[in-house]
Amino acid sequence: MALDKKDVEGIAHLARLAIDEADIDGYAESLSNILGLVDQLNSVDTEGVTPMAHPMHMVQRLRADEVTETNQREHLQEHAPAVERGLFLVPKVIE
Amino acid sequence: MSNDMHSKTIAELATGLRNGEFSSAELTKSYLERINASNEKLNAFITVTDEQAMKQAQAADQRIAAGDTGILTGIPIAHKDIFCTDGVRTSCASKMLDPFIAPYDARVIENFQNDGAVMLGKTNMDEFAMGSSTETSYYGAVKNPWDLKAVPGGSSGCSAAAVAARIAPGATGTDTGGSIRQPAALCGITGLKPTYGRVSRYGMIAFASSLDQAGPMAATAEDCAMMLQVMAGFDKRDSTSSERDVPDYSVDLNRDIAGMKIGLPKEYFGEGLDSDVAKVIEAAIDEYKKLGAEVVEISLPNTHMAVPTYYVVAPAECSSNLSRMDGVRFGYRCEDPKDLEDLYKRSRGEGFGPEVKRRILIGAYALSSGYYDAYYLKAQRVRNLISEDFKKAFEKVDLIMGPTTPSPAFNLGEKSDDPVSMYLADIYTIAVNLAGLPGMSLPAGFVNERPVGLQLIGNYFEESRLLNAGYKFQQVTDWHQKIPGEFA
Amino acid sequence: MAWEVVIGCEIHVQLATQSKIFSGASTAYGAEPNTQACAVDLGLPGVLPVFNKDALAKAVKFGLAIGAEIGMRSVFDRKNYFYPDLPKGYQISQMDYPIVGVGEIDIELEDGTIKRIGITRAHLEEDAGKSLHEDFRGMTGIDLNRAGTPLLEIVSDPDLRSAKEAAAYMRKIHSLVRYLEISDGNMQEGSFRCDANVSVRPVGQEELGTRAEIKNINSFRFVEKAINHEVERQINVIESGGRVVQETRLYDPDKDETRSMRSKEEANDYRYFPDPDLLPVEIDDDYVEAIRKTLPELPDARRQRFESDYSLPEYDAGLLTASREMADYFETVVKQSGAEAKICANWVMGELSAALNRDTIGIDESPVDAENFAGLVKRIADDTISGNTAKKVFEAMWAGEGSADEVIDNKGLKQISDSGALEGIIDEVMNNNAQQVENYRNAEPDKRGKMIGFFMGQVMKATQGKANPGQVTKMLNEKLNG
Repeated sequence: MALDKKDVEGIAHLARLAIDEADIDGYAESLSNILGLVDQLNSVDTEGVTPMAHPMHMVQRLRADEVTETNQREHLQEHAPAVERGLFLVPKVIE
Repeated sequence: MSNDMHSKTIAELATGLRNGEFSSAELTKSYLERINASNEKLNAFITVTDEQAMKQAQAADQRIAAGDTGILTGIPIAHKDIFCTDGVRTSCASKMLDPFIAPYDARVIENFQNDGAVMLGKTNMDEFAMGSSTETSYYGAVKNPWDLKAVPGGSSGCSAAAVAARIAPGATGTDTGGSIRQPAALCGITGLKPTYGRVSRYGMIAFASSLDQAGPMAATAEDCAMMLQVMAGFDKRDSTSSERDVPDYSVDLNRDIAGMKIGLPKEYFGEGLDSDVAKVIEAAIDEYKKLGAEVVEISLPNTHMAVPTYYVVAPAECSSNLSRMDGVRFGYRCEDPKDLEDLYKRSRGEGFGPEVKRRILIGAYALSSGYYDAYYLKAQRVRNLISEDFKKAFEKVDLIMGPTTPSPAFNLGEKSDDPVSMYLADIYTIAVNLAGLPGMSLPAGFVNERPVGLQLIGNYFEESRLLNAGYKFQQVTDWHQKIPGEFA
Repeated sequence: MAWEVVIGCEIHVQLATQSKIFSGASTAYGAEPNTQACAVDLGLPGVLPVFNKDALAKAVKFGLAIGAEIGMRSVFDRKNYFYPDLPKGYQISQMDYPIVGVGEIDIELEDGTIKRIGITRAHLEEDAGKSLHEDFRGMTGIDLNRAGTPLLEIVSDPDLRSAKEAAAYMRKIHSLVRYLEISDGNMQEGSFRCDANVSVRPVGQEELGTRAEIKNINSFRFVEKAINHEVERQINVIESGGRVVQETRLYDPDKDETRSMRSKEEANDYRYFPDPDLLPVEIDDDYVEAIRKTLPELPDARRQRFESDYSLPEYDAGLLTASREMADYFETVVKQSGAEAKICANWVMGELSAALNRDTIGIDESPVDAENFAGLVKRIADDTISGNTAKKVFEAMWAGEGSADEVIDNKGLKQISDSGALEGIIDEVMNNNAQQVENYRNAEPDKRGKMIGFFMGQVMKATQGKANPGQVTKMLNEKLNG
């Protein structure tokens, strides 16, 4: 399975990664190589096999509905890139 | 303070502290000096927390004086820079988190603190734990203390290097596809990846959530047992944390292993294994036979599918785990973003290195519409088969053994242009993460003066058996005592 | 060209848990920005989600109330996309294995008929934060207090065929979630959010038309307007040769129009996959039965019981069971006043409801609780006070002047029903108004009804309104017609 420039640009956009024009071909090549490695999976017969998301049979534990966290806004925002009046700032979003 | 303090194991240091032979303050100071002297050569530490360490050492000395010792009270430990440490930079060796001062402690860190251990600092690693050579770090590559031209392995390469060079008696690592065991092997030390869920992942920055586990790295199995004792245990903040009781990992270290059944997977001894490494491993297996173990050939037929499976599952999970690194609430933000898209793309584009970007892209691709079934679901099915292989094997044997890596450490720069070739070197370790089993690497010898590791794989939650087997091996061999000339 | 409208609704209900679905931060409304956003809600590196057992219980409760299949094994999936109010860069939701499967609910149409609406599924997910666009000099401020609040997303089958049906459906679900006490259903505060998927097709065509999703419908008043506007828009587009684009549109109540939302939803590939930080949720029959036991009497069943047990007309029963609080209030009044149900109903639907509306409060905030209101109705039923007087007494009770009996005593409002007392007054009135009496006696019988009002008024004046009107009417009739 080979990826071309357009494929890389598409995925880079999905993942919100800026990639220099000059590097795109390089990524396309290394990604294609990785996919070549991955394509080997097709040689295995997995008919009737359940996908395994976690090792061992594990089920979700439930948490009691209690408020356990106190207000730590100042501490958690101490090193945030841009904060004003307790809000995280980002370039204006148009809806 | 004698000059060979650094050649003592954690067990010996703990005894020394308890007996008042030296103080934690002296011990800590000595290690901090060694770190300082070596950092240029090795580049093992991203952050050295000297002030904090001395304070913790003093507090530890008071506890020891009061007779209130834990297991590692007063022992200096280095932590992989993937564990959140409150008030201390936690970078994951990435530009993206270079400005990140963690506002809380990981559970693992809390455990060490409560036990009275001393934190020396945060060790270098492959960026976001992605790599097998510690060459992808934003802070520069790390050298193998045995041969400064070689890689120390990765991603916990610096934790391994630090222990190998004895600039820390023990260090924490994390293992997603071999990242504790492989660097332990390449640096000639002991490293253990516990069963999935044995150690809490809370505060451990996630790479691949269903594969990651934190574990101890030290000179000996006995030391790893002590560290694991402190690290293991249920954490209600981690849904994947096991509620199973934590046994005493040290009590059965010396149990006789005669009659223990050891399986050697034929797939681990075939093509691709360096013949000199094979000889080292065979010699190691012979030691086990002398100890009375019974060695049996087994088969893990889907071994060759482990690497392809991993390189779908791990990138898929990490592509999503790293989405939170967006320059909004913490970490690196690009300068003058012109709009939201620009903020995201440039913060992430500039903040992440190429290997991380590669894995995010592959992961996003594998999950994308039209490819999810063919890649992600397919990989999860094969994962099930790989797991079944181990289940069947453990019906016949108690432990599985083989080489940790197919060859000793490669040179810096040798594989950095060829990611796939790097990936293939994880062939023996990766399946263990996919199945969630515990695995350990023991130093077993040298090839061309570079260390070689023997891997032991145990059944679920059988860390005690692994440590027992490791301890017995280390009673009859001395590889674990060797220190590279430069750092002796 | 005759057009058929096809509508499906997605309703996001905020579940009334104390803490968030995956963290222990508070869900209370109205806090200062980011004071209820803990490390987990902020999506800081290294944090992990743990699932709130009450969110599960509330979701299962809803499923049982709509007779749905319950997902005995449900899975949380990540829905991946980038937006500043989504801190992790993915929303934890449920895709292939939701907690609630296929169910149904009945709605009442305008003509009184019942229509059964299919519910495709309901699943749990976490809410996102909020964006504030004003006052930040070209920046947007993000408040993550709301991030992590548990949501139940309820998806209907595309069974609705008009804006009115859609509104009826939404109201029904709204009433139900409040009945079940799984949500406060406060649309102003955003705990009940409706989106409508609207499409049109020529009558008779089986294939569905392209649909547009309308968001931001935050009051029932706007539901019909928004949908009707959108239907018109789509028909116009098609009839002038265009095609309807599948997109998300925001309803603007000020302009009464829908407009296309900018890029947020542009052909997004969400790359759903099971969240590896969470494990499959497995529940057993015992658990489900335990939840079933906590189900209250549901609105439809309660309404029918009111009709049969209290002999109330359908209209009354419907109004009284519109909310659980109202129904509870009414039944307390019936039990404690000893009065006939119809009288209780009249007074609850009349004076009480008028006062609640006037002061724009809910029945749970009424200054006159059910016990006290029962006290009032009791005195009406036992003739202690007249209907008119009761209105005055109620006003005083509403103003906090005490119970019904206290007000009646303090203001001396007891009705005069004693015929002896009344006789004297009536005689006096007749004597003082001899001319009127003669006019009355000389008038045509069918005109007398109105004229008796004059005498009634005089008697009331003489008694400061305390004469028992029923009694007075009877006695006036006897004497005047005498």
